[in-house]
Amino acid sequence: MKVKVISRSTDEFTRERSQDLQRVFRNFDPNLRTQEKATEYVRALNAAKLEKIFARPFIGAMDGHIDTVSCMAKNPNHLKGIFSGSMDGDIRLWDLATRRTVCQFSGHQGAVRGLTASTDGRVLVSCGTDCTVRLWRVPVATVMESEESSHNSSEPLAVYVWKNAFWAVDHQWDGNLFATAGAQVDIWDHDRSQPVNSFEWGKDTVVSARFNPGEPNVLATSASDRSITIYDLRMSSPARRVVMRTKTNSISWNPMEPMNFTAANEDCNCYSYDARKLDEAKCVHQDHVSAVMDIDYSPTGREFVTGSYDRTVRIFQYNGGHSREIYHTKRMQRVFCVKFSCDASYVISGSDDTNLRLWKAKASEQLGVLLPRERKKHEYLEAVKNRYKHLPEVKRIVRHRHLPKPIYKAASLRRIMADAARRKEERRRAHSAPGSRLKEAFRKKRILQEVE
Amino acid sequence: MDEDDEMDMKVKKYLRGESANLEILQDRKLKGQLAVREELYGKSAKAAAKIEKWLLPSEGGYLEAEGIEKTWRIKQESIAQEVDILSTRNQYDIVLPDFGPYSLDFTSSGRYMAIAGRKGHLGILDMKNMALIKEFQVRETVRDIAFLHNELFFAAAQKKYPYIYNRDGTELHCLKEHGAVLKLQFLKNHFLLATINKLGQLHYQDVTTGQMVGNYRTGHGRSDVMQVNPFNGVVAVGHSRGTVSMWKPTSAAPVVKMLCHQGPVTALAFHSNGHLLATAGMERKIKVWDLRKFEVLQTLSSHAKTLDFSQKGLLAGATGSFVQIWGDLAGAQSYDRYMGHSMAKGYQIGKVAFRPYEDVLGIGHSKGWSSVLIPGSGEPNFDTWVANPFETPKQRREKEIHSLLDKLPPETIMLDPTKIGAVRPTRKKEKPTNPEREAELEAAVAAAKDIPMKKKTKGRSKPSKRAKKKQEAVEKARRPFLEQAAKEEELSEKKRKRISEENELPKSLQRFTRKKARA
Repeated sequence: MKVKVISRSTDEFTRERSQDLQRVFRNFDPNLRTQEKATEYVRALNAAKLEKIFARPFIGAMDGHIDTVSCMAKNPNHLKGIFSGSMDGDIRLWDLATRRTVCQFSGHQGAVRGLTASTDGRVLVSCGTDCTVRLWRVPVATVMESEESSHNSSEPLAVYVWKNAFWAVDHQWDGNLFATAGAQVDIWDHDRSQPVNSFEWGKDTVVSARFNPGEPNVLATSASDRSITIYDLRMSSPARRVVMRTKTNSISWNPMEPMNFTAANEDCNCYSYDARKLDEAKCVHQDHVSAVMDIDYSPTGREFVTGSYDRTVRIFQYNGGHSREIYHTKRMQRVFCVKFSCDASYVISGSDDTNLRLWKAKASEQLGVLLPRERKKHEYLEAVKNRYKHLPEVKRIVRHRHLPKPIYKAASLRRIMADAARRKEERRRAHSAPGSRLKEAFRKKRILQEVE
Repeated sequence: MDEDDEMDMKVKKYLRGESANLEILQDRKLKGQLAVREELYGKSAKAAAKIEKWLLPSEGGYLEAEGIEKTWRIKQESIAQEVDILSTRNQYDIVLPDFGPYSLDFTSSGRYMAIAGRKGHLGILDMKNMALIKEFQVRETVRDIAFLHNELFFAAAQKKYPYIYNRDGTELHCLKEHGAVLKLQFLKNHFLLATINKLGQLHYQDVTTGQMVGNYRTGHGRSDVMQVNPFNGVVAVGHSRGTVSMWKPTSAAPVVKMLCHQGPVTALAFHSNGHLLATAGMERKIKVWDLRKFEVLQTLSSHAKTLDFSQKGLLAGATGSFVQIWGDLAGAQSYDRYMGHSMAKGYQIGKVAFRPYEDVLGIGHSKGWSSVLIPGSGEPNFDTWVANPFETPKQRREKEIHSLLDKLPPETIMLDPTKIGAVRPTRKKEKPTNPEREAELEAAVAAAKDIPMKKKTKGRSKPSKRAKKKQEAVEKARRPFLEQAAKEEELSEKKRKRISEENELPKSLQRFTRKKARA
């Protein structure tokens, strides 16, 4: 007869010396593990609760300006720094790690309306209501910089005076040109004191401008006649235009999908468009209760942050209709500008109370260097929570956010009004001849017309 | 190809069920997300199947008979000659005739064993070193013993109440509410101690908080047959009327009541996959049930005072001084004789228990306890995070904390544990139309007529009797349809009566007729 019995020798299954790691043997057979789904559910519930315990997104505020922070700019070559300009003409370069001013650029007479850094990060371009465009040399960060006190100031490289006040400025992602928005869209070169080119469509002021990250010559602008216009620098006339029902305050292109952009609108929503097909919005992001002032995409292209007149900062997913996170503080007043940091971990908001605030993009994230074991544990908890986030107990905890009372009331009021309007429309449709009233998609409803 | 089929079967095991039907979804975003997830499941199942094929360190045991010899005639001595010395240490007989029939329990890693003699002898042994950790006398009748979550704690069902002891023999708790307990079972994932006492009351107590989670009367009197189903955590109790009832801590009525035997149920055992239940009755039958359909898969004709399934699906049953082991060798879910072991004549076997992760069967009998080798009964590859026979104290402490964090609430005990997280099916009950019902009736009658009748000997298979039996089978098939039709008749009769009642009354009194309460 042939017989074999399980016999395990201790040496194979235990460690040799106490300096060695303990040996781990895996057998993934489902029969060895009973009640897997219930265990996963309990872990998901605990993970949701732990996430709420560790959710402390506010890192710190950067204090220094004496008037509203009106605009901010990122320097893609220098992750730690951010430029901010305020309504009294003060421009500062901040170091995010120490939350202190590194350098001050003074010179503007009126409000600074736009800030942008050049492609190589050495030149800062600013424009303001005093009809000037100023170019500044950005100090290169050295080790000594962080130790000295933070009151360096530099002289502008160049000051270009023009005919009208400026509202926004943006630099090409790859090139030497930058565009300003004012009475019309002007294209400037660094070395010329007059615009190289000028675009105009209609007689209203252009409020914001953004260059496309993928196509260096494509520019999207928004004007006070409620339109969004897309220009191509190589052509002499604007390419496309879509007119909406309300004004767009800011636009941001998706850095990972450069044909899509999202527009922050006055009617409390953000609209994502495909630039090739402007007759219908790809997605409507609803959650704010007052005008959305600024929008910025994360470098991953998967989420964006918006700052609104209702004193909150929200983070949305690129294809999600509702926000995944809301940040608010009693001290933070109307938010005028937001930026997502270049490593996708932080969000910076500039608001009416003269402060810039630094927040975490993921509220319960553990900052700093994580051990591989910690990282795996976080990933596992995230995955198990996502698998069970539809169950009522887990959903209740994951979804819960504290809202300030005025925002809660305003949001419920908006919901009541929207429900009433929807019910009325349904009844009208039910009582009219079938087919006489068509259902209009919300994505199309807010667009008036598209013009070539 | 054979290898491909083998891999397919393995992959199927790791997939844990069918993939979802995504065609019926209309939401394209959701469909895309779910399609990605299904693909990931497929990939992980394939990776797990490959690991099982190539990377597992140990191989299982086996016993193959050569020539004309049969496996069930092979004795333990002949196995001992073929096997290495380390394994022969697992075959022994401990003779302690003074302290009565012994009951045993193993920890889930198989390393520690607790023994309880009826006359009060309690002890814990370390099976790896064959060392006695602690033994002591409680000087009272002890009817059952069970380890709690690890080897540090065990519960003993003593004369009046169950007690919980430490590994050092210190009495930690005296559980007075349980009463005189006959059988104890510990539900590992929920940290619940389930007991059944002399009055037939079932108690569930949470051993971490001490809270009594449930306390139910089984309603069928005293029974000392109780087992927990490791797959879903329900506790099955066997009664003297031949019924087996299954209980969960959140309901006062049993979840399932099955009539299993024509005499009292003497033993119960659950397979670790949760689908098979073996019950033994006093009428000399052991039935193997499929718990998904609650049907008998097989009937073996033998007595059994105690039953146990091994991790690999072997069934051990003991009666008197003889242990019989059945196995489904062909994989076809039919149990045949595999091995047997008979002890000396005076030894009355009280309990058999397979040792996890080893090819060993522990036998507790009236003169002590023994251990025999059963090749192919244990799972050769253990998972360190589930149960580790080579656990260090630090690992044991960590595991205790992790299992406490993952402690399941008692509401998760249900007959089908895979339903957690699944979408609840819609409750619409469609009534089949008349022609459909008639078609079903015809089909059932035809099926009943097709059943082959057994030919009985000794003059019991007279044609008249066979015809009568066939008629009975057809009537049995028709009965549910007729009952349903009768019920509907009754309902419609009631409705008609009520409507006619309403019509007879003057109009002003019609509002006072009894209306059915809204659901």
